[in-house]
Amino acid sequence: MIKNKFFKRLIEKGVEAMLTLSGAVTSIIILFMCIFLFVEGFGLFKSSTVEEGYSIYVNSENPVSELSPQELKQIFDSEVTNWKEFGGKDQAIRVYRFDEIFKTYPEEEMGEDFSILPIVLGDVVRENEGIVAFLPTDFAPEANNGIKMIPADQISFSDFFLGEEWLPTATPSPLFGLMPLLLGTLLVSLLAISIALPLGLGVAIYLSELADERTRRFMKPVIELLAGIPSVVYGFFGLVVLAPIIQKTFNLPVGETALTGGVILAIMALPTIISIAEDAMRNTPREMREASLALGATKWQTIYKVIIPYSKSGISAAVVLGIGRAIGETMAVLMVTGNGAMIPGSVFDSVRTIPATIAAELGEAPFSGPHYQSLFLLGCVLFVITMVISVASEVISKKQNYKH
Amino acid sequence: MKKTMLVIISMLSLTLALNAQKIKGSDTVLPLSQKEAESYMKANPSGRVTVTGGGSGVGISALVDGTADIAQSSRRIKFMEKHKIKESGKTLREVIVAYDALAIVIHPSNPISNMTREQLEDIFTGKITNWKQVGGSDLKIVAYSRETSSGTYEFFKKSVLKDKNYVTGIMSLPATGAIIQSIGQTKGAIGYVGVAYLNPSVKPVSVSYDAGKTFIAPTIENARNKTYPVVRPLYYYYTKSDAKIKKYIDFVLSPAGQKLVAEMGYVKAN
Repeated sequence: MIKNKFFKRLIEKGVEAMLTLSGAVTSIIILFMCIFLFVEGFGLFKSSTVEEGYSIYVNSENPVSELSPQELKQIFDSEVTNWKEFGGKDQAIRVYRFDEIFKTYPEEEMGEDFSILPIVLGDVVRENEGIVAFLPTDFAPEANNGIKMIPADQISFSDFFLGEEWLPTATPSPLFGLMPLLLGTLLVSLLAISIALPLGLGVAIYLSELADERTRRFMKPVIELLAGIPSVVYGFFGLVVLAPIIQKTFNLPVGETALTGGVILAIMALPTIISIAEDAMRNTPREMREASLALGATKWQTIYKVIIPYSKSGISAAVVLGIGRAIGETMAVLMVTGNGAMIPGSVFDSVRTIPATIAAELGEAPFSGPHYQSLFLLGCVLFVITMVISVASEVISKKQNYKH
Repeated sequence: MKKTMLVIISMLSLTLALNAQKIKGSDTVLPLSQKEAESYMKANPSGRVTVTGGGSGVGISALVDGTADIAQSSRRIKFMEKHKIKESGKTLREVIVAYDALAIVIHPSNPISNMTREQLEDIFTGKITNWKQVGGSDLKIVAYSRETSSGTYEFFKKSVLKDKNYVTGIMSLPATGAIIQSIGQTKGAIGYVGVAYLNPSVKPVSVSYDAGKTFIAPTIENARNKTYPVVRPLYYYYTKSDAKIKKYIDFVLSPAGQKLVAEMGYVKAN
């Protein structure tokens, strides 16, 4: 008997310890993930604006001694072709990429370990006054007599947070501008929630207050089934069915727009919003309903004045979960918004969202390179956004409880 | 039952990992390598080949640190990568296993059928935005590109855009299938896909690389006789002169292996 009791206590203790442990382990894992995310992400600000292992060289006759990433992009895309636009002489810019050396000198003539390469490259830079050369640092000529190196800065906070161009694989100078991605994400989520919220609340009110028992028993599982459909399937549906419809209705050149993404996300967020809001409304005590009706209020007045105010915190939880789903959703958005990384001017523009960017690019971003780190930093931004939203909702629902 | 299965599978994979020729790299070459490996193993039951993707760059760096025996690549090895392999004391061997031709495709209702490389460059870098600027109807051009991680994206940038960057905000889709789908339903669309993927829902255009003198249609025949310009070789890179590796590569280059290349919609290497 005593032994049995002892055994029972032991099991109880064991279970208790396991529960505590699992709680602790979960918290530690979450903490580690956050630290990892932020450490990787902020590594971006230590990397150079020019592609790793490469430097930019000009002729020393050239008065220009600094070039920003944007200016480099303009030069190498031939958008700017004269040095005077960057404060230099009135002279044509000659863009020189490293590979060009092998057009004039075959690889075999470079000697053992390519020892002649820096000398040949040096001659090229020295002879062309208007040259800007993009060369690997290992084989670069020494920066003296006739050759000048353009120093590369580190990527700054404003380059990332205020940058308006996302060109992570551009050479010589990749551009990591958050703005188009952030605005794209916010636009799509805002569209989604402004479609899903009224619709979802409507359905929730109908299901909890107006529908008869049979309809409700049929509708609720069907709606919850919607939540179980994989997001790729939604994306496929959006691309094949919804995009052409939107293109025809609004007479647009292209159907993959922010609006298409918003509508798909709204459909995906609906089941969450409906079932949480409906549960909250059905939890309104019977006495409150009956009191309201007994005072002569109509059904609508009861819904409007009693049930919705009572279930406000549940509704706000539904909204937050809906927004959370919309902001973090990846696959469906990747397929339907067209992924054009530009600041959206209207809901009919193509947008590229943060999760879609991470999903599409992480696969082949070189490990621990600036591109890889910039994607982690995008993850940090996403994390901060969702945290702000959930804290805000917590505050809102607390405030409402005080009133009642 | 499940346990025995698990044990068998893990033992199998262990033995596989021990003697297998590991091929790693480009996702473009991946389906071809898989097919080749499959029929190679059917013909040589003792030979083992495992194939994984991850991208051309990933494959080549695996070759450098010795975790792969063959790197499959949809682009030529870069100078710096070659330099790294040389520094690690290995000799690089290169073999072209097939060619892949890229077709420029538009919506079937678009009257345009010929384009020059310069026009394509201007469209994809954003200088031309309306079809009437290249002799078509008054319609906005919607250019589609692959994602930045794709080897196809890099090749198109090098060959057609002459290393200039794509226009900011170009539509980019994660897969060739999605590009075909979108172009088929967008009137002003233009994009690029492998010739193997062409189907009647999109219209291929003939391309000129000599400023409009001759326009060549993107067909397997034109790619084979080297008249079509937008063609890239698909490579195998390896460092060891191992008999097993040689046997596999000989198989790929043999008539039987090259027949598979043609079946997959690529162009034979020889």
